[in-house]
Amino acid sequence: MTTPLHFQTVTELSAALAAGSLTSVALTEAFIARTHAVEARVQAFNSYDTDDALAQARASDARRAAGQALGPLDGIPVGMKDVIAVRDQPLTASSKILAGFVSPYDATVTTKLRAAGVVLWGRLNMDEFAMGSSTENSSTKVTANPYDLSRIPGGSSGGSAAALAAGEAPATLGSDTGGSIRQPAALCGVVGLKPTYGLISRYGLIAYASSLDQIGPFGRTVEDVALLLQAIAGHDERDSTSFKAVIPDYRAALTAPRTHPWRIGIPKEYFGDGLDPEVSAAVQGAIAYYKSLGAEIREVSLPHTPYALAAYYIIATAEASSNLARFDGVRYGHRSAEADNLHALYFKSRAEGFGSEVKRRIILGTYVLSSGYYDAYYGRAQKVRTLIREDFIKAYGEVDVILTPTAPTPAFKRGEKSDDPLAMYLADIYTIGVNLAGLPAISIPCGFTTAGLPIGLQLIGQPFAEADLLAAAYAYDATHDWAKRTPNL
Amino acid sequence: MTYEAVIGLEVHVQIKTRSKMFTRVAAGYGQPENTLTDPTVLALPGALPVMNKAAVDAIIKAGLMLGCEIAPVCKWDRKNYFYPDSPKNYQISQYDQPICIGGTVEIELPGPARNIQGEHKGIPLTRIHLEEDVGKLNHGVGGSLIDYNRAGTPLMEIVSDPALRSADEAYAYLQSIRTSIVYAGISDCDMEKGQLRCDANISIRPVGDTKLGTKVELKNLNSIAFVRDGIAHEIARQIAVTKAGGVIVQETRDYDGIAGTSQSLRSKEMAHDYRYFPDPDLMPVKVDADWKARLAAELPERPFDKQRRFMAAEADGGYALPYTLASVLIPDRELSDWFEQAAKLAGAGRAQAVGNWIVNDLLRELAASATVLATAKVTPAALAELVGLVAAGTLLQHSAKEVFADMVATGEAPAAIVARKGLAAAPTDTAELETWCRDSIAANAKAVAEFKAGKESALNAFKGAIMKAAKGKANPKAVDETLRRLLAAL
Repeated sequence: MTTPLHFQTVTELSAALAAGSLTSVALTEAFIARTHAVEARVQAFNSYDTDDALAQARASDARRAAGQALGPLDGIPVGMKDVIAVRDQPLTASSKILAGFVSPYDATVTTKLRAAGVVLWGRLNMDEFAMGSSTENSSTKVTANPYDLSRIPGGSSGGSAAALAAGEAPATLGSDTGGSIRQPAALCGVVGLKPTYGLISRYGLIAYASSLDQIGPFGRTVEDVALLLQAIAGHDERDSTSFKAVIPDYRAALTAPRTHPWRIGIPKEYFGDGLDPEVSAAVQGAIAYYKSLGAEIREVSLPHTPYALAAYYIIATAEASSNLARFDGVRYGHRSAEADNLHALYFKSRAEGFGSEVKRRIILGTYVLSSGYYDAYYGRAQKVRTLIREDFIKAYGEVDVILTPTAPTPAFKRGEKSDDPLAMYLADIYTIGVNLAGLPAISIPCGFTTAGLPIGLQLIGQPFAEADLLAAAYAYDATHDWAKRTPNL
Repeated sequence: MTYEAVIGLEVHVQIKTRSKMFTRVAAGYGQPENTLTDPTVLALPGALPVMNKAAVDAIIKAGLMLGCEIAPVCKWDRKNYFYPDSPKNYQISQYDQPICIGGTVEIELPGPARNIQGEHKGIPLTRIHLEEDVGKLNHGVGGSLIDYNRAGTPLMEIVSDPALRSADEAYAYLQSIRTSIVYAGISDCDMEKGQLRCDANISIRPVGDTKLGTKVELKNLNSIAFVRDGIAHEIARQIAVTKAGGVIVQETRDYDGIAGTSQSLRSKEMAHDYRYFPDPDLMPVKVDADWKARLAAELPERPFDKQRRFMAAEADGGYALPYTLASVLIPDRELSDWFEQAAKLAGAGRAQAVGNWIVNDLLRELAASATVLATAKVTPAALAELVGLVAAGTLLQHSAKEVFADMVATGEAPAAIVARKGLAAAPTDTAELETWCRDSIAANAKAVAEFKAGKESALNAFKGAIMKAAKGKANPKAVDETLRRLLAAL
């Protein structure tokens, strides 16, 4: 039985395009058809433009016919989280405050994907302004987990993970501030990479927390993720925080011979209370597999882990309170019809435009930066951040990568945690430290619960060592067929 | 009880760079509304700032001109407040780690008369930092419009210690800053174009007290005269309020320069909490010794150093200029450089004549023909030559004026103009000159007697008749010599 196009990997589709057995138009049409078939149940897209996608596909086929194909991604549809600017397409961050906004410019990653020949395919739902872990904080729609439509897909990049899992796109981009790529990847049974802070330009990514945000790819396999990373990584002079790193060949690195066996660190702080037994068992199974490959498994300690969540919610909200100030109803986006003076314009436009989680974080962030509170909150959180980073750097003195569960539980029920922000925040307990430390980390599928829900494991790498991290993930991923499982939709 | 004023100034200077502070789009003035914009200027979703290094170069130069310490590391902070002229609703600025620390502004107070130099004094600076300018609101009937052309223009803020004591000192301080900044090519400091703006923090206290009084911030001092007038007005207001038994409240006041009045904008209770924090979109800036040295090498001489040098005796390497000339030349770097070139070419003892020509004639001619020095046809070499001709006696002062007018108009060399127009003073050894002298002596017995009696000025009595006979072209030096020789022989 052949896998339908919409569940094939980018690697497979790329080979078919190169062989001439498939055109980009046929491929794009397949994804459009699949989307039409399942989107009413999955609700992953905020918007898509079939005419635009097919025009891009025709251009790709014309390039290929002329012998000018741009590389392995030429003609491959890629979905974008609705927080990354695509010229002349809507850009909403799933917020009412940006309803109707059309971006007049491309993000740098968009420019890079265009240069790679990608067919930009739709803008994917998310928690409003990337604030959330379930995509329930979207003002547009509630995205379902394709493996159980009554459950959430994770978040904030829930649309990116769900669309991929549901076969509505062969690869997607998301953004990750505290786990927003890895956690939905785990909950939807796909691969998601959060690169090192600075590897990928943030220009054109709507900022939530600038010092933590990073764009990254979702794919069915580690190999697919490596292909996408190749296309979007690299220094950008429009982003002062982008790093001038030498970009290796990530796909070649997957199978590069190793000089020594993997040394894998298991942080004891990540296996404590609150970890679901089925998740724990699946992750232990993966650890055992690595051991069987000859990897050296060592327990390591990241002692400041208990403070990560608090530090994160101070730093991220402080930055967000300032980043979101530009959404004021003056130049673009929602403007209250009720306002008859400047203050009313600000208050009413923002009151009407932002959802409650966004307001909660703006208020929290405003508070922690207030005169007299800065040192106690923001200043202290920055110190904690340094300590957390030092924990990781110290651990990397003895291990190559660190292995943890991605999320403490599988996908939870829609509405289960909506009224309890703190319970929701705990969904990111294993992913947040990585953002504070600026490290790369990947979530890969490592099993399913008895109820059929996907489980992910997280591998955390050293700064700018994505090649090593991907290779470590590939060692597991290439020999397991979790990615071959597809949801019944 | 007598009071003294304590004044600190915050001076904002737009830096003249091609592009804006944090993006590549052009900076400029007078363009159609909202044409100097891009995603970053307009704060579109996802846009990011990238530092303009040329603006950092400029502020380092300003810091070096004003004797500041240049911080080895400085950083960018966000100053958060909502206002429609600020597209991000935060301004990128520098809070606790400015690039320039300390420094001194040398000022010259007014002298007792215009031609007498006043006292010099050093006003300590607190800091200079770099930030971005905001847009402009145009309020009209039925609504307000925003022009973001100015938004994002590099702006430096020069903050003085509360060390100024009078409106005159504040005025001199602002003049001095402007001269230094323009000298270094950092800004044109045109207040009408908003390139230089000034806010003043003013308090009063009984003379002898060391404690600072309650300060009032005075805004909208948008001309250099308004700075002086506004501060004087505010000092008088505070003294009047205090003497009437009132209390000065901490507030921000708006000065109306036309009406000469001020009114309260907001009180301390309404002051913003700017919630400063380091901008996570920008990296700290490290300024190493090489960077500083490269910019130091590009700096011009400080204006008051130049003033001292121009006024110093020739024996000390100066030009022995009187204050009246130096005070006109120095504020204009180009003009003073022009002077110095001409004075060097003219040679020893002639600098003052060069200066006089520039201050009395050149500036008037330029103004009359609405030209600027840079495009003037007359050159320093030509002026030096003219001064030489006069000094040698081959050209009379009043003929020289005519020659100079032609030099300015046509750029022709003075010697050529003299030859073409036949303006050369008469030859010195002609029999004709001797005849005119003899005739004059013969006609003036009284003056002869006076001269013989030792009255030097009696000599002038002969000269009028001689010049008349010579139709103005006699060489006065030769006339003087011939008269003395003939009178001695009598």
